[in-house]
Amino acid sequence: MTSETPLIRMQAVGKRFGNFQALANIDLTVTSGERIVVCGPSGSGKSTLIRCINRLEKHDAGRIFIGQTELTDAMEDLNAVRREVGMVFQSYNLFPHMTVLSNLMLAQRLVRKMPRQEAHDIAMHYLKRVRIPEQAKKYPIQLSGGQQQRVAIARALCMKPQVMLFDEPTSALDPEMIHEVLDVMVDLAKDGMTMICVTHEMGFARSVADRVIFMDEGRILEQAPPLDFFQNPQQGRTKQFLSQILQH
Amino acid sequence: MSFDTALIVESLPKMLMGIGLTFQLLILSAVFGLILATLLMLMRISGKWWLSWPAQAYIYVFRGTPILVQIFIVYYGFPQLEMIRESVLWPLFRDPFGCAVFALSLNAGAYVSEILRGGVLGVDRGMLEAGEALGLSKTQRFVYLTTPIATRLALPAYGNDIISLLKSTALASTITLMEMTGIARTIVAQTYAPYEIFISLAIVYMVLTFLIQKLVARIERHLGRYTLKEG
Repeated sequence: MTSETPLIRMQAVGKRFGNFQALANIDLTVTSGERIVVCGPSGSGKSTLIRCINRLEKHDAGRIFIGQTELTDAMEDLNAVRREVGMVFQSYNLFPHMTVLSNLMLAQRLVRKMPRQEAHDIAMHYLKRVRIPEQAKKYPIQLSGGQQQRVAIARALCMKPQVMLFDEPTSALDPEMIHEVLDVMVDLAKDGMTMICVTHEMGFARSVADRVIFMDEGRILEQAPPLDFFQNPQQGRTKQFLSQILQH
Repeated sequence: MSFDTALIVESLPKMLMGIGLTFQLLILSAVFGLILATLLMLMRISGKWWLSWPAQAYIYVFRGTPILVQIFIVYYGFPQLEMIRESVLWPLFRDPFGCAVFALSLNAGAYVSEILRGGVLGVDRGMLEAGEALGLSKTQRFVYLTTPIATRLALPAYGNDIISLLKSTALASTITLMEMTGIARTIVAQTYAPYEIFISLAIVYMVLTFLIQKLVARIERHLGRYTLKEG
């Protein structure tokens, strides 16, 4: 642990959807360069947790800080925070009416106010990093799921975010395409990107994560480095979950 | 019963003299209707009751009454009102063409706003969230993401409405306008040959409908080019 300001700080964060307690009393601190994997059964609040970090969901209890800025209703420029936080969704969510290149350039041009040529060069740089520069002129529908998800990662990276959030990035993919997306994510981790990934890819968690977080019923039940987490889980609920997903 | 082909050949060119007026009614009402529809749709989806309710009431009134009645109210009713006769709008309502365009536009606005709203509601929420997560403002998301996709989604129903509007322009003949139907009615009154004249008139409308269909299909293909797997 370093003494610098953490990138993300969540203090006693809670979130309800009607009567459903999606998050309860979440405390989480993420420092720069940390790679965190969040796992847990469906409905445990994993997605809600990371969606609160870029305020796609508003928390209704506790406090969340991104760097020095607190996420509140009163904040002046939410979009200034959002451009520092990249997000990758389960269903890719590319802009279907734009070419791959335009997908990557849109937010750079509109949010970062980047000149066209510079935005283009950055887009091509990240397309090369996700290994599909030859697809630049195509529309999303013309790509495979794995390629679309890599475009989505590149699109988020073009904004040069300080942290990347991944919401089950491989859950919608055919098995043979999962590795090409995970490879890109491993590369990112190696380059020191701060990452929070909701995923059930335990192999990825083992090899990349600094910390694995286990959630159930809106709470963080357990967090530990992957070695401890997999070999010596403390909670009964964690053991049960691990035995279920590692069985096969 | 005999069928007078010569009469058709003779009267078709006369009816086509009115095609310009039919087009003027159609295009002006379509343009004003679309502008009005966009405003109504934005009010409707604003999430603010004081914008949404008036829009809903407007749509209810204009969809709930016959277009012919609306045209009559504007043409026969408005001139009765002193405030309209003394207003700057009087030149518009004194003229049957102005009345027809006005009534057709108001009516089209109500229908088209619901078509546009359908398009906007059909836009994928997840895709909009991606825009949000990238830091695009609400306006930027609406302009660059919602609008192009909603336009494509709404186009087939919109084409349908334009065809419907084309045929509503025929009602302008009831307030003295000599568009195609007006001319046809005059010819019928002179020749007592409703069969030939109205059938040829019907065929002209069908040809126009065919052309509009083709045009809309072309635009659909253009806007939908990104939905095809093969580029």
